[in-house]
Amino acid sequence: MSFDVPTDRQYLESHEWALETDGVVRVGITDFAQDELGDVVFVELPDVGEAVTAGDAFGVVESIKAVSDLYAPVSGEVVGVNDAVFDAPELVNDDPFGEGWMLEIDPSGDETDLLEAVEYEDQIA
Amino acid sequence: MPLQAPPLRGLHDERGAKFTEFGGWDMPVEFDSIREEHETVRDDVGRFDVSHMGQIHVTGPDATALMGRLTSNDVDALEVGDAQYATITDEEGIVIDDTVVYRLPDEGGECAYLFVPNAGNDEAMHERWIDYRNEWGLEATVDNQTDEFAMFAVQGPNARSLVADLVEESLTGVGRFETTSVTIEGVECLAARTGYTGEDGFELVVPWREAETVWTALECQPCGLGARNTLRMEAGLVLAGQDFDHESNPRTPYEAGIGFTVKLDTEFVGRDALERVHEEGVEEKLVGFRLIDRGIPRHGYDITSTEGRVIGTVTSGTMSPTLEAPIGLGYVPVEYAEPGTTFRVIVRGQSKKARVEPIPFIDTI
Repeated sequence: MSFDVPTDRQYLESHEWALETDGVVRVGITDFAQDELGDVVFVELPDVGEAVTAGDAFGVVESIKAVSDLYAPVSGEVVGVNDAVFDAPELVNDDPFGEGWMLEIDPSGDETDLLEAVEYEDQIA
Repeated sequence: MPLQAPPLRGLHDERGAKFTEFGGWDMPVEFDSIREEHETVRDDVGRFDVSHMGQIHVTGPDATALMGRLTSNDVDALEVGDAQYATITDEEGIVIDDTVVYRLPDEGGECAYLFVPNAGNDEAMHERWIDYRNEWGLEATVDNQTDEFAMFAVQGPNARSLVADLVEESLTGVGRFETTSVTIEGVECLAARTGYTGEDGFELVVPWREAETVWTALECQPCGLGARNTLRMEAGLVLAGQDFDHESNPRTPYEAGIGFTVKLDTEFVGRDALERVHEEGVEEKLVGFRLIDRGIPRHGYDITSTEGRVIGTVTSGTMSPTLEAPIGLGYVPVEYAEPGTTFRVIVRGQSKKARVEPIPFIDTI
């Protein structure tokens, strides 16, 4: 089985992705992660305005069979939350790198160890 | 300890199954998607490999006495071809395991039984039967055949017709909790009209070596233990080791909501203790509940009163694919057990409102 690993973004060992656009870092989980979890049925995220810390858990994603913490790639303030995944958590399965995104962070400078796409591919191989 | 593999592990792997450890076995948890598998069983038909279930064969002049004195239900009432849900209790009436007892055709003029303990319990139950047989001086042969037989469940509204079309024998007249011998692709199997999903269907006991022939013939959606778990929760069926556990969550059948398996007019280990419980009533019992607030209840979460006092524990929980709502099972004091009663479930430190619902959560057969 092979999984999508887009090269336009960076990755955490804990299977989140981080994509910086115009100074804002968008965060979601990878294709591999959604496949491991199976049917996603619940996502818990912080509110806009809250602070997150690089490497710390900021939320939770639950599938029918498992509960998994979500880890922040960078520190900063939450400036966007994808409300769509609350009502339609299956978006995380259907389009993990696109419409299934979770959080947007205005980074304050600190970041955790981020992997390039090729390194992450090695990790999940 | 290495995991035991079901006979078709390789075949399931090729089919793309994901695996999980369960009761010491390496079992398929998901073939496609738990939701898809679940819905197919509710609407049509699916097949499960449940070869991790134990199979213990008991025969001999005192087979009926041995079975009757070690299980809580009324073994004397079983005629050839009947099956019965029962609990196996200790002297205090605490459930060690739950099981289905099948009365097989007589063997050499003696009664014969098969009982199916839960995954990983077969050796302990085999030992228990042998020990009590010796202590009571009974004459019976007790064989652990767990590694000799695979077990497949075919479940769903169309399960009966799928199996009926495959077997050489007629299945009309095989009612719920009845069994018959069938031949599928030349392989003789025991077919029992039982299951663990709330749907109609059969469970087939198949010789280990012929497992692939029979599995392949049962052409329909393969389903893993993930869907089996969500289906049984919706049906309000308890899972040994999770909704009760002899060590970590000791419960009587009355507390666990399976008091109907206890026949106090029979003699069995635990009977006297259970008679007292039956007279005095239970303090806590298993209830079904639905979470009103957003969140999903999971095994081990605390249940509290509205004021925040811990009153119980969640033993099973999931997002119900059929109801599209978070549901759970858990123990609470009897004064909280009436449907409509509200309490709280603590999900990652947050108190979520929950309401007691009648179980099963869905209409079952």
